[in-house]
Amino acid sequence: MLRTRMGALALATLLAAPLAPQGASAQPATETFPIINSPTIFQEFGGLEGLRRLMEVFEEELIRNPETRPFFANRDNSRTKQQLVDQICQILGGGCVYRGATMRDSHRNMGVNNAQFLGLVEAFQIAMDRQRIPSFTQNRLLAVLAPMSRDIITR
Amino acid sequence: MRFLLAGLCVGALLAGHAPAMAQQAGNTVRMPSLESFRPQGASGRLPLTSGVTMFEGASGGGLTPWATIGGYGTRDQIGATAFGTFIPTSDFRVYSTGALIGLYNRLELSYARSRFDTQRLGGDLGLRNGFSFDQDVFGVKLRLFGDLVLDQDSWLPQVAIGAMYRQNDRGSLVRALGAQRNSDADYYISATRLFLAQSLLVNTTLRLTRANEFGFLGFGGNRGDQYKLMPEVSVAYLVNRNVAVGAEYRRRPRNLEGVSRDNDAFDFFVAWNPVRNVSLTVGYVDLGRIVTRREQRGAYVSLNIGF
Repeated sequence: MLRTRMGALALATLLAAPLAPQGASAQPATETFPIINSPTIFQEFGGLEGLRRLMEVFEEELIRNPETRPFFANRDNSRTKQQLVDQICQILGGGCVYRGATMRDSHRNMGVNNAQFLGLVEAFQIAMDRQRIPSFTQNRLLAVLAPMSRDIITR
Repeated sequence: MRFLLAGLCVGALLAGHAPAMAQQAGNTVRMPSLESFRPQGASGRLPLTSGVTMFEGASGGGLTPWATIGGYGTRDQIGATAFGTFIPTSDFRVYSTGALIGLYNRLELSYARSRFDTQRLGGDLGLRNGFSFDQDVFGVKLRLFGDLVLDQDSWLPQVAIGAMYRQNDRGSLVRALGAQRNSDADYYISATRLFLAQSLLVNTTLRLTRANEFGFLGFGGNRGDQYKLMPEVSVAYLVNRNVAVGAEYRRRPRNLEGVSRDNDAFDFFVAWNPVRNVSLTVGYVDLGRIVTRREQRGAYVSLNIGF
C-alpha cells in the first residue's frame, strides 16, 4: 500500500513538473541511493516502525555525542528524522522514495570535519546496538553509507 | 619482564594524560562499549581499523603490518599508542613493548623493544639459562592512498609502504650462529581492504627481508644473504563493534644453516575493545621452529592503549 501511494505521489510530481514555473522556484535536485540486495534486511531493521524508533534513538545519541551535539541539540530535528527514515528505508529495499536534497547540497555549509562525521557514525552504531540490530546487518548498511562521507565532509 | 611492565606503565600514563592532550590534539578515540568512559569531544574509528602490533611496533594484525596508520587520529589529528606483548612459546619467552605516533592518518613512526628469552634452553644451546637477545625496531610507514573504512564503493585498497630498522644486541653471538650482521632494514608494502558489507578485513603484505627469526638471530646467513620477498596475509572478521577475530600467516627466509628449519609463522587472535582507547588481543601463535626442533607455539596476550 505504501508502494502504491508513494508511486502515485511520484507520478503526480512528474506530471506537475512541466507546469511549474521556471527559474528561482525550480525543484532542487534529489538523490537516489543504492538499494541493498536482500529480501530480509528491511525486516531486520524492524520495517518502517523500526526505522522510526531507530531515528528517535539516533537523535538521542547524536545529542549525547560531543562531536555531533552542536548540530542536533536544541532544535527540532523532526524533518531530518523523517528524511532519514525515507533514505534508509529506500536503501534497505523498503520501497520508500527519498525526496530530500542531495547529500552534498544538504551539508554544503555545515563545515563538517572528519571527526564530526565519525562521531555521527559512532552515534548511529550505538543507536543500532540499542535497537538490537545484529552487527553484520549494521555493517551492510554502513557499507552503503560510508562513501557519502565524501559529500558530507567539507572541512 | 620488568621493561614490559615499565612499558605498560608508560602507556597507562600516556592514556591518563589523554584528556588534557586530547583537548589540544582534537581528540582521537575509538568507539566505547561503556559510555561512562567517553572523554570530552571524542571522535571515533571502527575497532581494529587502527591496527595492533605484537613485537615489531608497526600497526597491523599483530604478526604482520597493515596499511593502517596507528593511533586513533583522523586525517586532521595526531594520535599515539603504546603496547605491551607477552608471548610464551614452547621453549622461549618473548616480551615486547613500544609505542607509535600516527600523524594525520598519513605517517606512522614506531619503536619497539623486544626480548627473546631462551629460558632453560639457553644452557642447552651452550649459552647460560635465561640468556636473552634484545632487539630494537624503528619503524616508519607512509599511507599512499585509500581509506579502508570510507572507500567502500571503490575496488582500491588502502595502501602503505614502510620500513623497519632492527638492531640486535648480540652481535658476536648471532654471527657465530651464521648471521651476516646484527642490524638491518626490512622494506614492505601493504594493501588492506575492509569489506564492510561482509564485516571482513583482508590484508596482504609483501616484505623484502633477510632477517633470521624476525631479527632475533641477526640478518642474512651462511645459506644466503640476498633480500627475499616474503608474503604475509591477514584476515579478520568483525564480530561486533568491539570484537574481531582473525588469522595471520607470515613466511620468513631460511638463511641460517641448521638453525632456521621452518619458514612459516601463523596466529589466530581475538581482539577486544573493552573501553575506549584500549585494545586487548589474545591469541595463539606458532612462530615455527627457532633453533630447536620443536615448533614454538603458545598463547599470547597483547595490550594496546591509545589516545
